[in-house]
Amino acid sequence: MKYTEEHEWLRVEGDLVVVGITEHAAEALGDVVFVELPAPGTKVARGDEVSVIESVKAASDILAPVDGEIVEVNADLGDNPGLVNEDPMGKAWFFKMKLESLKVLDGFMDEAAYKALID
Amino acid sequence: MADLLRTGLYDLHVRLGAKIVPFAGYEMPVQYPLGVLKEHLHTRAAAGLFDVSHMGQVILRAPSGRAVDAALALEALVPVDLAGLAEGRQRYAMFTNEAGGILDDLMVANRGDHLFVVVNAACKGADIAHMRANLALEVTEITDRALLALQGPAAEAALARLVPGVAAMRFMDVGVFDWAGSELWISRSGYTGEDGFEVSVPDARAVAFAEALLAMPEVEPIGLGARDSLRLEAGLCLYGHDIDTTTTPIEASLSWAIQKARRAGGAREGGFPGAARILGELAAGPARRRLGLLPEGRAPMREGVEIYATPDGGAPLGVICSGGFGPSINAPMAMAYLPADLAEGTTVYGDVRGRRLPARIAPLPFQPTTFKR
Repeated sequence: MKYTEEHEWLRVEGDLVVVGITEHAAEALGDVVFVELPAPGTKVARGDEVSVIESVKAASDILAPVDGEIVEVNADLGDNPGLVNEDPMGKAWFFKMKLESLKVLDGFMDEAAYKALID
Repeated sequence: MADLLRTGLYDLHVRLGAKIVPFAGYEMPVQYPLGVLKEHLHTRAAAGLFDVSHMGQVILRAPSGRAVDAALALEALVPVDLAGLAEGRQRYAMFTNEAGGILDDLMVANRGDHLFVVVNAACKGADIAHMRANLALEVTEITDRALLALQGPAAEAALARLVPGVAAMRFMDVGVFDWAGSELWISRSGYTGEDGFEVSVPDARAVAFAEALLAMPEVEPIGLGARDSLRLEAGLCLYGHDIDTTTTPIEASLSWAIQKARRAGGAREGGFPGAARILGELAAGPARRRLGLLPEGRAPMREGVEIYATPDGGAPLGVICSGGFGPSINAPMAMAYLPADLAEGTTVYGDVRGRRLPARIAPLPFQPTTFKR
């Protein structure tokens, strides 16, 4: 598992990267009531706003952590946005991306570095 | 946060695990470990305890020692019939300015020989200065009492265990009660749309009183986050968002708070700041009004979102003053200033991140109120 400074996690699944938000981020957001997901097939560049999370408090953007193509989104989040609070690191993944090379992931924090960031 | 104030319950909030945020000059609990959503639902299902000690508590006394004289004096600043407010009763009011705008909203109680007034935290300094400058009354800010709200269907049963007399109160009654030797000033009112009480308790006993309530299984502490979603579901105004100096009481859909005695042809017609504009709007109808909006999808429309008549083009009809997600109605909800002639059920469009999403004009409140009348 890799982590971004924007509190997203990245998990390799075959040749794809699964993206979600960390437990720390979910807790800070509070109860999530709406998730807007990108359309599969969308080509995105790192830093693009690809998704929006609305909690009881505010709206937050999810940024594309890397360049690539969105190939699948988690439709469960549309029906049950509360999953983001219940299981942020598991069932509440946001989208899967296809990258040119998975090597780019080497530049992200590992769990120890992320833990140090949020402590 | 060095210059922020704390209420007498601050340490209790921290002990209960609250997340603390700055609000109106105070460090206040925005939520407890339960979280905003569950705190909201708990309040509607059982009872929620809120610390509202940041609000201003003020006593107004007339030289005559009669509440009615203080009421008649205060009528010079509010468009509300206060002389007609019976002893032991409370009423909603607002300070207006010469342009007919709202300086603050407040609760006024007749306590026999004086009036007891509760004003918003962010406005209390200005409100007290305003009353001192304009009223020949003794204006005393109460600074040695906490203010707690206990709201929800189980509030009566919970509070009655400590203060049996409250069970006989009706909505908007006020009274003085004894709790273990301490004097409590209690009103049957609140800011959630639920039955409930607001209790002014001496600082020295405030933590013990809060803990006695929190020890009951039906009572949970509730933060500012749920306080906001509860009041919005109930269609109640938040000063600085839904009402301010640029909105008149009529535009704000608060004409119900202006009784006959202060209207055209009434016994004490006018005589408050901005009367010409406010009474004019009462007669002719305002051009714009605070209306309820129910977005059709799941995406909340928040404060500042512009509302349009059509899915594209055109100038905005108005803007959302409060918006968010309603846990009890399980849907997004908002209030906006819009042309007053828009009929309920009309579809309008809110610009959410560059996309116009449909919403229907809906009656307020979104969640039915359960006051004990």
